Amino acid sequence: MAVIEIKNVAKRFGEYQALHDINLTIADQEFMVLLGASGCGKSTLLRIICGLETASEGEIWIDGKRVDHLAPKDRGISMVFQNYAVFPHLTVFENIGFGLRMQKLPNDEVKRRVERTAGLMHIEQLLSRYSGELSGGQRQRVAVARALAMEPDVILMDEPLSNLDALLRMEMRAELKGVLAESNTTAIYVTHDQVEAMSMADRISVMHEGKIVQAASPIEVYRNPAAKFVAGFIGNPPMNFLEASPQGGGKFSVAGHSFDGPSAANSNLQFAIRPEDMTLAENGFPAVAKVVEPLGAHLLVTCELDGKLFRAILDSEMQVKPGETLKLSPVQDRIRWFDPETTLAVA
Amino acid sequence: MTAATTEVVEPSQDTRKAGRFVYVTGVVLLCAWVLVPLYFLLINTLSSPETVNSYPKSFIPEFDLGSLTFFAGFDGILTALKNSVIVAAMTMVMSIVIGAPAGYALSRFEFRGKELFRLLILLTRAFPLPLLALPLAVMFIRTGIDDTVFGLALVHTTLALPFAVLITFSLFSGIPIELEEAAWTLGCNRLTAFQKVILPLVLPGITASAIFAFVISWNEVFAAAVLTIENRTLTAFLLQNLDTSPLHLKFAGGFILVVPALIFIFAVRKYLFAMWGIANR
Ligand SMILES: Nc1ncnc2c1ncn2[C@@H]1O[C@H](COP(=O)(O)OP(=O)(O)OP(=O)(O)O)[C@@H](O)[C@H]1O
Ligand SMILES: [Mg+2]
Repeated sequence: MAVIEIKNVAKRFGEYQALHDINLTIADQEFMVLLGASGCGKSTLLRIICGLETASEGEIWIDGKRVDHLAPKDRGISMVFQNYAVFPHLTVFENIGFGLRMQKLPNDEVKRRVERTAGLMHIEQLLSRYSGELSGGQRQRVAVARALAMEPDVILMDEPLSNLDALLRMEMRAELKGVLAESNTTAIYVTHDQVEAMSMADRISVMHEGKIVQAASPIEVYRNPAAKFVAGFIGNPPMNFLEASPQGGGKFSVAGHSFDGPSAANSNLQFAIRPEDMTLAENGFPAVAKVVEPLGAHLLVTCELDGKLFRAILDSEMQVKPGETLKLSPVQDRIRWFDPETTLAVA
Repeated sequence: MTAATTEVVEPSQDTRKAGRFVYVTGVVLLCAWVLVPLYFLLINTLSSPETVNSYPKSFIPEFDLGSLTFFAGFDGILTALKNSVIVAAMTMVMSIVIGAPAGYALSRFEFRGKELFRLLILLTRAFPLPLLALPLAVMFIRTGIDDTVFGLALVHTTLALPFAVLITFSLFSGIPIELEEAAWTLGCNRLTAFQKVILPLVLPGITASAIFAFVISWNEVFAAAVLTIENRTLTAFLLQNLDTSPLHLKFAGGFILVVPALIFIFAVRKYLFAMWGIANR
């Protein structure tokens, strides 16, 4: 049982506030992904959880016990560092077995666990090498194996697969997910990679400028972004936004067309729609195609609509040429609305 | 591009030859600068006292141990040699025991007055020893550590300490803090993380800076001459007897002084390279 509770955590580095009032509960055995732009405080949050950094305010609870005052080694947490931190004076074997040796496990147990985790990470043939003789991706896998070998209750991973090629990354992703599920480990996983986040996460926490903007299941984050930032960050390409002005009676005017909007709202809103939720229809928005990019199964068309860039993903059967005017119509139940003042979603 | 640039990039045959000539001459001159005096020292040490004091000089050593035997038999010289070794060893131990933790603290902790502290360490080298000698002597007499190897080792430690602190500071700074942090998350406390991760990585550098401290003390003459009377070190002893002792004693003494320094530096050359390797990473 390892529930992680983060209560009102804030972190200041001198004048600079890196984290603002973070509240998050990660359930036992949950796989939580932290997603956010560079510099938003992901690593800082992980470092606070595992005790390498002290929070300026707030509390960390693990398994119903407050751990703020505990040294990192007493928290039962393993960490994979963003820059690997593989010990240069030890072989890969001794690196992976380092924590096990600290626990004074018998030699054959160390050997068994090292070989098993090395096998999972496909580095069993590197066990006698030193870190200076490894590639970046290999070093990264040593770091992951070292954390896994501890068989911890909680594992924190800071972009653990960022240096692998696409194919290996996909394979490792599946392996890692499988191992963690099997060993009942609670995991917090930092990544920049949305595909990785979507495919691995039980829940995704989207961070922005030191705050958690939304913590929800991948589909929820994708379909119902809680704030404009999430809508504009998740998805490749992200959501399109258009200005909407109220017409009364819950109707809103968007680029000359009328749509049913949130009935309670009576101010200017932003209309948002995913590129793939656009279809071609006679009564659609007139949009002039600027750039046409074939993506295999689909066609990414960047057009100009209402004086702004607007992206639509269409079937690649369509014959679209730059300069052509398309009639684009949004799928009604996929339209989302955001308040430009608070940037939050309005239902 | 134009022909002019090509010319600059590819120097003509003559220029290249001239450059090579300057390079080779430079290397030869530098080697000679170091090796010739050493060679003369060697010849004269390994010659009989008569040859040393006569002219013309030979360029081949006689392999006569007369000078060295005379040196060994000279009254007080073995005690002086022993004192030198003891003082240098004490200096070595003290400057590492004090210097390495200071270097670690400087590289790992943020504290008030850190910059000032670094400056102060360097400042210990700013006062010429002759200026400090008198007050030091008075203080030593008051505390009763005048004319002891320990007292002298203290002064030598002060001389070697800035180097020890700065060398270890740069060594520790060259080791990413994440390595230590990783060790902490893998079950180490600060002390065991230091033992298992930091120490193995800095040991070559620490060894080198220890030997450096040893050599500083071994070669130091002024403080040794001022602060000791009975318990002279070899340098002070030779200095004291400079005008009275015969030429072959000076040569033998010089040889005995130079050799350990050379051997030590030679022995740790690997570690010195390793130290630079760490600093470069
Ligand atoms: N020790 C520190 N002193 C001062 N500022 C810091 C310190 N550590 C981090 N910061 C600042 O805190 C902010 C968050 O840093 P953090 O490393 O958590 O970002 P991140 O989300 O992990 O980014 P990335 O994805 O690039 O790794 C950054 O603006 C960074 O400059
Ligand atoms: Mg980071």
